[in-house]
Order: sequence, then C-alpha cells, then structure tokens
Amino acid sequence: MTDQSTTPLVELRDVSKFYGNIKALEGVSLEVHAGEISCVLGDNGAGKSTLIKIIAGLHQHDAGTFSIEGEETRLANPRDALDRGIATVYQDLAVVPLMPVWRNFFLGSEPTKGAGPFKRLDVDLMRRTTRSELLRMGIDLRDVDQPIGTLSGGERQCVAIARAVHFGAKVLVLDEPTAALGVKQSGVVLKYVAAARDAGLGVVLITHNPHHAYLVGDRFVLLKRGAMSGSHVRDEITLDDLTREMAGGSELDQLSHELER
Amino acid sequence: MTATAPAEAPAPGGRAPADERLLKTSLLRKLLGRPELGSVVGAAAVFLFFAIVADSFLRASSFGTVLYAASVIGIMAVPVALLMIGGEFDLSAGVLVTSSALVSSMFSYQMTANIWVGVLVSLLVTLAVGVFNGVMLTRTKLPSFIITLGTFLMLTGLNLGLTKMISGTVSTKTIADMEGFSSAKALFASQVTLGGVNLKVTVLWWLGLVALATWILLRTRAGNWIFAVGGGTEAARAVGVPVNKTRVGLYMGVSLGAWISGQHLLFSFDVVQSGEGVGNELIYIIAAVIGGCLITGGYGSAIGSAVGAFIFGMTSKGIVYAEWDPDWFKFFLGAMLLLATLLNAWVRKRAEATR
Ligand SMILES: Nc1ncnc2c1ncn2[C@@H]1O[C@H](COP(=O)(O)OP(=O)(O)O)[C@@H](O)[C@H]1O
Ligand SMILES: [Mg+2]
Repeated sequence: MTDQSTTPLVELRDVSKFYGNIKALEGVSLEVHAGEISCVLGDNGAGKSTLIKIIAGLHQHDAGTFSIEGEETRLANPRDALDRGIATVYQDLAVVPLMPVWRNFFLGSEPTKGAGPFKRLDVDLMRRTTRSELLRMGIDLRDVDQPIGTLSGGERQCVAIARAVHFGAKVLVLDEPTAALGVKQSGVVLKYVAAARDAGLGVVLITHNPHHAYLVGDRFVLLKRGAMSGSHVRDEITLDDLTREMAGGSELDQLSHELER
Repeated sequence: MTATAPAEAPAPGGRAPADERLLKTSLLRKLLGRPELGSVVGAAAVFLFFAIVADSFLRASSFGTVLYAASVIGIMAVPVALLMIGGEFDLSAGVLVTSSALVSSMFSYQMTANIWVGVLVSLLVTLAVGVFNGVMLTRTKLPSFIITLGTFLMLTGLNLGLTKMISGTVSTKTIADMEGFSSAKALFASQVTLGGVNLKVTVLWWLGLVALATWILLRTRAGNWIFAVGGGTEAARAVGVPVNKTRVGLYMGVSLGAWISGQHLLFSFDVVQSGEGVGNELIYIIAAVIGGCLITGGYGSAIGSAVGAFIFGMTSKGIVYAEWDPDWFKFFLGAMLLLATLLNAWVRKRAEATR
C-alpha cells in the first residue's frame, strides 16, 4: 500500500449525504495524499459531484467524518475550503466565459496596490503573472486579454488548474475535467493534472473513464448509486479489473455467463 | 493557445509569427472588443442626422440643453448599467427617484427647519430601499424582475398615498423659503458656465459618476466581481467571490443615483409631484442596453451607458429642434434600441471572430 504513515491531506470516512429524502451518498470513504492522485469513478448519477461538493464546501455531509490534515472539519462555504487550501475546478463552472483570461485567473484573489480610495488592481502584475504561470505549466497563450470563453474546453480547464497551483492549493479537486473533450485535449489536461501532482498537490480526479483514471491515478474509489462499490490502490488492481468493475464487475460476469452458448 | 508538448508543438519558426499576428490585430481587436463601440457609431449617426434636419441643433445653447436631458437619464443609467453587468434589473429605479425627492421634501417640511437634514434622511431611506431589493434577491433567489416589480408597485403606491396623507394633495409643499435651500440648490440644481456654454450641474454629476463607475469596473476588485457575478455566478461563487454582497452593493449604487436624481428633481422645482418617475426605469435600461450592456449580464460599460443617455438626449431634443411632433420620440427610441442591440450583437460576434 502507498505510504500509510503520513496523515492524508483530506480524508472522508463513511460519509453520507441526503438531498431531502434522496440518498445521494452512503458510507463513502476517500483518502487524498500529497503528491498523489485519487480517482473517483462512477456512472452518471453515482454521486461523484455530490462527493466533491462536500470537499469543496458547497454542501455539508449528513453523516461520517471529514478531516483535513487529520483535523475533523465541516466547511461553511467555498471560501472556507479555499482558505484551507482546497481548490475545485468544475467542469462547466470553472471560469466566467466573457471575462479576459487574466481577470479569470485572479478572480476572487485579485492583487491590489495603493491605499484608501486609490487602492486598485495591480493590472500589470496580473497580466504578467497570468502569462508566466501559464507558460510555466506549458501553456503559451497568444493574448491573456481574450475572453476565456474563446479558448477550447481543455484550455479552460488548464487555466483553472494553473490558477489553483499558483494560489498554493494543497488539494486540487477536478470534476470530470475530460468528459467533454476529445482524445488529444484529454491528454493535454491529464498532463497538467500530473504536473499539479508533481508540484506536490493532492489531487481528486472525478471521471467516468477508467482509462483516464488508470493513466494517472494512485488510488481508485468506485461509486455506484451513491454507495462505494470498490476502493483500491494502484498496486492492487489492473486496468482490466478496474474497467470490468466499473462496467458492472460481477454483474458483467454473470451476464457473460448467461449469454454463453 | 499552444502547449509546448511535442504533440502540440508550435508551427515552424517558433513563437515569433504568433506575436506578429498579435501586433497586427490588437488595435482593431481592442476597438472591436469595446462594449460601447456600437453605441458610439449610433451616436455619431444620430448627431449627423439632427445636424442636417434641425438648423438650431448645432448651436452652443442647444448643446447645453441636449447634455442636460442626457445627464438626467445618464445619472441613473450608470448604476443601472453596473447592475445589468452584474446580471440583474431594477424596475423600481424610476419611482425611487421620486420617493427620494419626496422624502427629503416632506421630512424637511414636517420635522425640521433645515433642508439638509431631510436630504440626509432621504439618502438613508433611499439606500435602505436598495438594500431591501438586494437582500430580498439574495435571500429568496427569485428573479430580480419580480422582486423589483414588487418594489416598484409598492413605492408607486407609497409615493401617492403618503404624499396625500401628509400634504393633503398629490404634490409636496414648497420648501424654497427653508434654511439650506440655496446651498442644496447650488449642489443639485445650479447652472455653471463652461467655455461659453451654460451647463446644468447635473452634467458634472453625470460625468463624475461615469468616471467613478469606470474606475470601479475596470480597476477595482469590486469591478472584477461585478463582471463575474453577472457572467458566471456559480463560477464566481466557487472561487470565493462574495456574490451576495456584490449584488446588494449594486442595488445600493442604484439608490445613490436615485438620491442624486431625486434631489435634483426637488431643488430644480422646489415642489415634487408624487406620481412622477413611472416608466423612467425602462429608459435607464434602454440607455444601458444601447450602450452595449448585455441583457443577460457579464458584459457592458459605464461609458456605454453614457453614450446611450447622450443618444437619448440628442433624440428627445433633436425632435423639438426639428419642430416635429414629440410623439415621434418614442418611435425613434424604440428603433434605436433595436438597431443598437443588433449592431452590438454583430460587433461582438466580429470581435470574437478576429481572435
Ligand atoms: N441539489 C440536488 N438536489 C436533489 N438531488 C440531487 C441534487 N444534486 C444531485 N442530486 C441527485 O443525487 C444523485 C447523485 O448526483 P451527482 O452527485 O450529481 O452524480 P454524478 O456527478 O456522479 O453524475 C443523483 O441521483 C442526482 O439526481
Ligand atoms: Mg457530475
């Protein structure tokens, strides 16, 4: 097993979540370690987004425990999560499309200069930093003034990831970053996910693609209709097993047995 | 964007061609990327049109008159534009101006001898209405259209009802002989002569507000938040933007504009008609939209709203100078709104395409 001696950056234990009387999550556990990628896999409606909304501070869990660096917590809102070093990149909600790249990059954490009524955005610093931080992650933007909506989906995800890394996030949460992307763009995004991991962040990667997960993942949690149907570290499982388990596991065996002639 | 990964290697010649391309298109692109471009073209067309059809339109005195008409709308169009960039409407903005004037007039008349007390009480009451709109919006999550429609109706009723109850008629008593009247009039309703042109002081208020709003929008954190709240509420919330505070602040901005406009209304005539202001909220919105504000939020400018208000001023007075029936005014305004919106949409598409 991977290094169990250190305290995980984020740890969920037997977490449950109800929307009214809809059970969205039940008894789910997840560990996120620095310099590792924890993948959460599951079909549509399995509860993946619900799980990360708890980590991101958008929702609160109804049962179980949620610890950050060993300390049990309950996040009040996304700002709270950010302050604790947890940055989340949502699939469609990562950026404000009509705003320039540099304004998006610093949104919510804008640097200022001057004092009193003359306190103003440090526009030069913002533009320069955006450019250099993106370059550092290997993204060469022609113009940081273009609306971020003019970038492709993969590029937007990359900017959002670069932003999280720049602001010193310890944990990066990504909700299906590759779901709407083609093969090549998915590859680019996964490369930046790996770059964030190499920078020492703990990453939670949500996906319903076991191939993407296995390319970069260190731990795998499988969700099925809100319940945890499997939890593995990389050494214990092959891509084939992971794919099979995702596709239905023993149910699939049963089915193939029945269909056998 | 190009990544430096082998699969995404830049075209032969490295990065230089990209930068060259950037230089060539950047000026045109910057210009096309401005929200107010469409309205500036429209304003030039309207100006030319009336300069040709109305002889007296080009006189210096006419210019002062046009600017005055523009400023009365413009003072409110600025905060309404900011609110629209933030993704919301305020249908109570028109009658709130009247409410603000009524409060300072009646409070001063009934309670004290000094006008300034009423003026300050009016500021507090007007701001409170803005806070009410903003808090109702953020708490109930109902559309601002509905909430401010409610405020609009309630204020309309209160304006008439309370004025009749307190003054006995639909207008307030004159306050011209009260202490502080002349100093308040100097601030809100005087005339200044600049370069041989007589200008109402509202023109200065208007220009000041445009400058302040532009500064806030483009150079402060709050401005960044306004664009973000209007252009992508959930994305803004997820990165920690105080969405609700921003919205309440925007409604308070509308209140501030309504207070200035209301005091102007009061001190230019010294009495206030309690039924006034209904319908003006739409004119403020029209000015903002003509000026390039996107009705769905996230895009627009304060300068655009000023150009929109200027088009309004030119049209309303130009029709008079051309000696046409003023009934045509609404027709022109409607046509202008449609044309400007189409032009803005087209310009925006072009701007995206050149990137
Ligand atoms: N805000 C909500 N209110 C009620 N039910 C919800 C809400 N969000 C999600 N759900 C339900 O919870 C379940 C899990 O959803 P979600 O976490 O979005 O799944 P996934 O991201 O894996 O597709 C679904 O059945 C969904 O309909
Ligand atoms: Mg989801």
